Amino acid sequence: MDLLEPLQSGIERRALLEVALLGGFCGALGYWIATFRLSYPAESLAHGLLPGLVLAALAGLPLLLGGVVGVAAAALVIALAGRDPRVGSDTATAVAVTGLLGFGGLLALSPDAPARLEELLFGNPLGVSDGDLIAAAVLALLGCAALVGLHRALGAVALDADGARALGIRPTAVRIALLGLLAAALAVAVQGLGSLLVLAILVAPAVAVRGHVSSPGRAMVAAGATAVVAGIAGIYASHLLGTAAGASVALTLCVAAAIGAGLPVRQAARNGGSPPLRSRASQ
Amino acid sequence: MTAAVTASTLVVAYGGGAPALEGVDFSLPAGSSLCVLGPNGGGKTTLFRALTGELTPLRGSVHVDERPAYLAQTERTRLDFPVSALDVALMGSLANGRWWLPARRSDRAAARGALARVGLDDRADVRFGELSGGQRQRVLLARALVQDASVLLLDEPLAGVDPASGERIEALFRELRDEGRTLLVSTHDVDSARAFDRVLCLNQRQIAFGNPSTALTRAALERTYGDEIVVLADDGSGGPVRAVTVQHHHH
Repeated sequence: MDLLEPLQSGIERRALLEVALLGGFCGALGYWIATFRLSYPAESLAHGLLPGLVLAALAGLPLLLGGVVGVAAAALVIALAGRDPRVGSDTATAVAVTGLLGFGGLLALSPDAPARLEELLFGNPLGVSDGDLIAAAVLALLGCAALVGLHRALGAVALDADGARALGIRPTAVRIALLGLLAAALAVAVQGLGSLLVLAILVAPAVAVRGHVSSPGRAMVAAGATAVVAGIAGIYASHLLGTAAGASVALTLCVAAAIGAGLPVRQAARNGGSPPLRSRASQ
Repeated sequence: MTAAVTASTLVVAYGGGAPALEGVDFSLPAGSSLCVLGPNGGGKTTLFRALTGELTPLRGSVHVDERPAYLAQTERTRLDFPVSALDVALMGSLANGRWWLPARRSDRAAARGALARVGLDDRADVRFGELSGGQRQRVLLARALVQDASVLLLDEPLAGVDPASGERIEALFRELRDEGRTLLVSTHDVDSARAFDRVLCLNQRQIAFGNPSTALTRAALERTYGDEIVVLADDGSGGPVRAVTVQHHHH
């Protein structure tokens, strides 16, 4: 087979560039999302932003705008739903997200809607526009700069939030900054990978590298590289096998996670790496 | 001598609940050491969290000269996070306020120096989660040292540490006081309180404050610890006694 063949098509060249740009940043960000145990909130936001995407598609507005509004609305709905302590935030989030997904589906399947629901749900990297690529490049550039600037604060809060607070770092502000980066990443990446599959590029690389890294910095680089390689492999797989590009990318990312999780863990990473995750003073 | 740490008719509560700590009223001169005694749930950590500013007083006030270094209980650190002992000590330099910049060479030198002071310079590159409980406590103490604060709040730094770590930490207390720093240390070890300049006994309120000779009386300790206190030696004068605490496990 000719490895360069996909590069000769403008569509596939753009798809490769899109997954490389998104993968580099989302993989690195995903390390912190996983470390701060935000994978479930991330999944909830990704699914809950669907109505925003559908409304943008119906109105003929840029999907990026729909993604941004959708993330903000989903965050608001989830936050409001989680306020009732009798229900519990996990359950409230599950109900709220299912409701948002249903609402998005309802809008998309109305008789006069353009038939793009499949693309909004499962993504279509082969359909990215130049505008999507520019958005991905801006996200990668600014997002990576933010991760570099936040690096020490993120590490201090991840190790022990009380200790970080005593050093003058505000853990809540750091978490909000991280959620802001997550929201930006979702709003942009959902264009290529869809509401249901976008989480793979955030969380799967972190799972793949966890247990094989000696520092948070290396984990971010390794997760970003894993996402780029797996993303490109996914586009190639879809080209060779004639499969859906978004689903192929999501699957190669998850295969990378499974391989990474199955490989023997670094000796240094194993001690203390299993629950309980917090130390206990010896009794 | 000016007061480095002051609490005035302090009342602290969590959320909108009942006060977790009340009636705390003391003043600690700069360069002196204070031992904070009390049972679990007695308010030792609550006092420290009020002094760091993490908890806002419901009533009354606290004053600390500058941002204190704070050594929280080890239970709160995360062991699966891939950082070395040196990385953790280096976090102390975040207190300089320039958190968005990488650590400077001088910060690294300070972190190595602090690890040497706690006797762990040979473990600098070992992963934090792989160290023993006592060693981790010493690394967190090194992080507080890197902060170079004049006031240090150490929450049960001796809980669950091995004897060698304990001796090293207690020697460091003396060094820090000799440097003119103000030291607040909470502990369960009633006997060790005698080595401090002042003792504060807490059981959801202030029971006693003063020199060890005036604060460590049988009456004060019994009001502080209830049936957890066992008096070992009492000369009958109503003055200081020797005692230990025992943990009753309620099932």
